[in-house]
Amino acid sequence: MTVIRFIFDSVREMFRGPREYFIWLLALGLIVLFGIWRYSEQITEGLVVTGMSDQVSWGFYISNFAFLVGIAAAAVLLVIPAYIFDRKDVKDVVLVGEGMAVAAVTMAILFVIADLGRPDRLWHMLPGIGRFHWPVSLLAWDVLVLSVYFLLNLAIPFYVLYSRYRGREPKFRLYFPFVVIAMFWAISIHTVTAFLFSANPARPFWHTALLGPRFIASAFASGPALIIITLQIVRKLTSYHVSQTVIDLLALIMTTALQISLFFVGAELFTDFYNEGAHAASIHYLFFGLGGFSSLKAWIWFALALNLTALVILMIHPLRRKTVMLNIACVMTFIGIWIEKGMGLVIPGFVPTPLGEIFEYAPTSVELSVAAGIWAFGILVFTLLAKAVIAVEQGKLSHQSPQKQRYTL
Amino acid sequence: MSNESNSGNGGGKFDQARRNFLRGIGLGTAAAVAQPAWGGQTFQDTFADFFQKDYRRMSAEEIEAALERIERKAEARYGVEIDCQNTLPQPGVVYGYAINISRCKGYRDCVHACVKENNLGRDSQVQYIRVLQLDQGDFNLEHSDHYYEPETVPVEGKHYLPVQCMQCDDPPCVKACPVEATWMEPDGIVVVDYDWCIGCRYCMAACPYWARHFNWTVPEIPAEEMNTNTHYLGNRPRPRGVVEKCHFCIHRTRKGQQPACMEACPTGSRIFGNLLDPDSEIRYVLANKQVFRLKEDLGTEPKFWYFSD
Repeated sequence: MTVIRFIFDSVREMFRGPREYFIWLLALGLIVLFGIWRYSEQITEGLVVTGMSDQVSWGFYISNFAFLVGIAAAAVLLVIPAYIFDRKDVKDVVLVGEGMAVAAVTMAILFVIADLGRPDRLWHMLPGIGRFHWPVSLLAWDVLVLSVYFLLNLAIPFYVLYSRYRGREPKFRLYFPFVVIAMFWAISIHTVTAFLFSANPARPFWHTALLGPRFIASAFASGPALIIITLQIVRKLTSYHVSQTVIDLLALIMTTALQISLFFVGAELFTDFYNEGAHAASIHYLFFGLGGFSSLKAWIWFALALNLTALVILMIHPLRRKTVMLNIACVMTFIGIWIEKGMGLVIPGFVPTPLGEIFEYAPTSVELSVAAGIWAFGILVFTLLAKAVIAVEQGKLSHQSPQKQRYTL
Repeated sequence: MSNESNSGNGGGKFDQARRNFLRGIGLGTAAAVAQPAWGGQTFQDTFADFFQKDYRRMSAEEIEAALERIERKAEARYGVEIDCQNTLPQPGVVYGYAINISRCKGYRDCVHACVKENNLGRDSQVQYIRVLQLDQGDFNLEHSDHYYEPETVPVEGKHYLPVQCMQCDDPPCVKACPVEATWMEPDGIVVVDYDWCIGCRYCMAACPYWARHFNWTVPEIPAEEMNTNTHYLGNRPRPRGVVEKCHFCIHRTRKGQQPACMEACPTGSRIFGNLLDPDSEIRYVLANKQVFRLKEDLGTEPKFWYFSD
């Protein structure tokens, strides 16, 4: 059975490498264990150990969830040039991007599970033995699209890599239909996640048709930011070839997406503040504070400053072409969008409450630790997937000559 | 934890020896681990609870067995023998509520009666009813005071607005639930199956009236204050990690009694009744008073009206 040998060889490859590689895996593993340990507190005591309340009933977990779905969707920005425009340079790294999508979806799903009051009842969602409220509930939609996206991003690279492993060219007509589906699916996961929020007239802050487009635009800025950094790390640590043209392309996409994203933020600010009504209470709280409460104010202005500075760097061509400056812009964008689309989007939806009460939220150490554990787990998943992907792509792993070559990182 | 109650309420499906044996195991583990979420029940009950179907797909026998487990659990957790029933909706009845806001004086007797009647967590301070204090002439909820504590009420120049679940006829919370753990009963009451809810709290985000509350921890109820007259879809002691809400005192109203908040109101501001009965008081109010509903523009069709004299 070649498939089993392929899986076996890949898994073996994931756990081979120099000492530094194992230290890296171990460090991530320890953070994961720490997160699990803190999560056990939440399991035994209940969600009371979080900072959430009846007033602000979603917090740090759901904020990270919303952000990570965007990162997952951004893999499409490699998929389209690679498979549709047939760009050889992008094709070389597209599987790394898909590995990132798998890791991001995994984290997103884990964040939702961490947020559940009764994770023991997760099976209630399974169609058949449970009751899956689809197509009415947007949350049911989100579970559906995320699961399928997860499978698509596993299946396509699996097929392509398995073909390489056997020394064959992957059959275009076999995988291309799935690539097309995955493209539309990427947009759908983030749109559905935006609709999850915007579907609620009870929360005027979220209830805007602009939310879907805003989500996509900000995802296409933060996603490439992460991919650019990651690809440079891959290039530095391995002998795998990452063409500079790929990074240039992503930087350009990111520049445009960030321009659109900031334009949307401006449109939102104008509409809410020109004739300020009750609808604007939440955004007022976010940017200026409300009734003496303003815990998000510093964060959102910081995020806005990061995004604007990043945009200036990206829009000046000589600056963008300098690797250091590009990397600074990437880090700024990633953090800026993480704040804006995470806590900056989720929390103000709950402040004030529909009955006008102002009650603030801050994550507790349990929430921060569990979140760190989930992020570490995602990075671990990506590391292992990328390790195997690169080995197959470089021909180090193949059907003909298994385990013969000496390992070089 | 009491052993006697278990034998009293046993299902009779299993022979006594085996049940005693299983109970022995259950007691041992429960005492050793003391799991608050599962309330220290027997292995057999824990198993049955885990695989319990949702309310609307349980057979009559399965509901009966579930009710008995609920009673055993309450006994184990609170040391109180409760009576959990499954009174069905009456045909030809849809409940509605109306509040005369010119009479409400902000005493909050409704709030306190509700807390006791519905076995609400005392430590968590969950309250199904919020009475908002507003300046006379102001109806902006954002200006409302939720925690007013003057020496005496009513305060000069203020008016009071009690808010609770509006039992919407097109409830956004029901649409939101990913597992159909909340729905509208034939008599118009929006209920939650506490044993089916996964605790995602999407319904809380969807509700425009802030009517849904979450059990962040196991609700603490003093044994001597436990209301033992309970309903599966209503005021039975709730598990941790699930959402709950006002259910128009389903255990009372389905037997023809008034909801506790109405009974407790000293001013007679509250009017509850059958919307399908043309001779009911609520229909009189709807026909003869200037009624309005809160946030009617959201289209959720509340079955809860306000009016003034």
